[in-house]
Amino acid sequence: MTSAPGDRQIAVVAFAQTVHRRSSEELSEVEMLMPVLHEVLDRTGLKTADIDFTCSGSSDYLAGRAFSFTLALDGVGAWPPISESHVEMDGAWALYEAWTKLLTGDADTALVYSYGKSSPGSVRDVLTRQLDPYYVAPLWPDSVALAALQAQALIDAGDTDEPALAAVASRNREAASANPHTQLKGPVAQGDYLVRPLRTGDCPPIGDGAAAVILAAGDRARDLCAHPAWIRGIDHRVEAHGLGVRDLTDSPSTRLAAERAGAFERPVDTAELHAPFTAQEVVLRKALRLGDGVVVNPSGGALAANPIMAAGLIRIGEAAARIHRGESGRALAHATSGPCLQQNLVAVLEGEPR
Amino acid sequence: MSKEPVAVVGIGQTKHVAARRDVSIAGLVREAARRALDDAELTWADIDAVVIGKAPDFFEGVMMPELYLADALGAVGKPMLRVHTAGSVGGSTALVAANLVAARVHGTVLTLAFEKQSESNAMWGLSLPIPFQQPLLAGAGGFFAPHIRAYMRRSGAPETVGALVAYKDRRNALKNPYAHLHEHDITLDKVMSSPMLWDPIRYSETCPSSDGACAMILTDRAGAARAPRPPAWMLGGAMRSEPTLFAGKDFVSPQAGQDCAADVYRQAGITDPRREIDGAEIYVPFSWYEPMWLENLGFAGEGEGWKLTEAGVTELDGDLPVNMSGGVLSTNPIGASGMIRFAEAALQVRGQAGEHQVDGARRVLGHAYGGGSQFFSMWLVGAEPPDS
Repeated sequence: MTSAPGDRQIAVVAFAQTVHRRSSEELSEVEMLMPVLHEVLDRTGLKTADIDFTCSGSSDYLAGRAFSFTLALDGVGAWPPISESHVEMDGAWALYEAWTKLLTGDADTALVYSYGKSSPGSVRDVLTRQLDPYYVAPLWPDSVALAALQAQALIDAGDTDEPALAAVASRNREAASANPHTQLKGPVAQGDYLVRPLRTGDCPPIGDGAAAVILAAGDRARDLCAHPAWIRGIDHRVEAHGLGVRDLTDSPSTRLAAERAGAFERPVDTAELHAPFTAQEVVLRKALRLGDGVVVNPSGGALAANPIMAAGLIRIGEAAARIHRGESGRALAHATSGPCLQQNLVAVLEGEPR
Repeated sequence: MSKEPVAVVGIGQTKHVAARRDVSIAGLVREAARRALDDAELTWADIDAVVIGKAPDFFEGVMMPELYLADALGAVGKPMLRVHTAGSVGGSTALVAANLVAARVHGTVLTLAFEKQSESNAMWGLSLPIPFQQPLLAGAGGFFAPHIRAYMRRSGAPETVGALVAYKDRRNALKNPYAHLHEHDITLDKVMSSPMLWDPIRYSETCPSSDGACAMILTDRAGAARAPRPPAWMLGGAMRSEPTLFAGKDFVSPQAGQDCAADVYRQAGITDPRREIDGAEIYVPFSWYEPMWLENLGFAGEGEGWKLTEAGVTELDGDLPVNMSGGVLSTNPIGASGMIRFAEAALQVRGQAGEHQVDGARRVLGHAYGGGSQFFSMWLVGAEPPDS
């Protein structure tokens, strides 16, 4: 899809997120989410009853219980009953579902939220349960080990080296200093090897967090926001699951999604990339053809805060917020899921000329 | 901008059984998808996007299994969405896929839902640790039995109604080659003398645990014009949710269910569902939910649903057949059960339902619900395209 069909244009009109933290054991997921829901609604003056469609993203495996999203719905206040759906994915894909719902004309406003608490368990172990359950998952290869395979492949291909990766880490965390929501900020030591060639500094912090976005169509968006961030295009693609059949130094799914979202039609000035590991930023920059003039991850990115299931939606929210504040005219937001960038989503957001 | 009409041009199911030990999860879903493609006479290359749904990941012990299933479903290089709305997920998944077509984002979409309960232990998968759930709830039947008793008290329904539903659905299942339970020696007496599990729910009034998958090919007007067999047209579709527990919640007839049905009827121009709809595939995991949902869906007035059941109106040859396929009571791969309702409704209006076909079915409702009677998804499909 290169752009929204017909004349119906959809915009991100508000964004809110938690302060992401290593642990929030004193809070339930719902308690963590509630302030974010209130904040995003307050920004538009909307009440739950004014929202035409609600969609969320989360994962039962992080919560450690089945149907974990049902409790979050109670927090939304679904009474009188609401039109609502849920994806067992990062909230960026919940936003995609809401975007299509608004395109049909059945809704003019949508609330999108997502959340994840990694602190209750070992997230490296939990993520192994995403893998092929018969041949791979029984070996328990963890998420850092898989990312390390990807990083080593890039180094072997001559696409990067360890000092370059350290520079990626340093730049992201320096940018995060200006972002009150991030977990790791400022100078962070590269540290020891966690899994060669990745050092602790190349890896994301483990943390808990939530985010929410409000979408609106056409004039409704202009009513709710002085400077709406219009979604000019959004697309997502998945690749094969087996790492052995993929070129880990490239991300064809990101490139295709970007092409379908219209990212290459005109240059962007900002890119928010969901790259939890430093080496993945190298892969994404190449796939997205980002030049040196593009500001990458002014928020600090996933290396500064990586609440699983919300980190992708946060990239869209951060890109939109730059447009709301007049700091960007055309921004790209990216979200990823699965081992070694298996599934990728790209959205292109634009402000109106001022 | 008006929406693009959505047509169902391909339907595929697996033979639902207690345990498909001969296939992996990937093999199971691919079997259903392959059958849907064959029905539509399409290939993997004709599919623009895949929308997949299932109930909790704990049922198979695989986190976000769509990642692993991308290859098996021909999704590599394509968009793939994973929906999860508890028991209503099969219906919600179809509606998310339908929206992709209606919004003209994609022309032809494969949608699929599955559950392979034999991979793991569903009772364990639903046994939530304290403090998330009070202990001693004793499974889904323990949750729903009090609401059934509330219905019996409110409506004055005789105790035999539940058994009549189960007897009907199990006989209907005998006509459906894909149904899990084929009880050739079923009698009303056998149902009524089966062990009591959660009073008033007897063993034969409960659904089985199944392995199975269901797939549909949804497409736009141009795709429907190329279809080799009659398409089913979506005339209306909606989802509604309400909180799990709150003071004033009506578990017998939840407001979300009523609102969802009203939205579907409004979209389809239905003013008298009892007269204008020719059959319904309703999510009935415990037999008493047939009369309860007949009222919730507007097919009968409050307290009157059981009278339709008792009078035989909901029999396969009745005036308003319900669960012609045998329903959830005969086949329950949880995540797929909602999509099976939607797909069976489509089979009926396409005239492709075989031995359990309702003669002249033109408009049929597919219904799913989940959670603590809090998530609802429904669609109404017709043999004719929508007006406009």
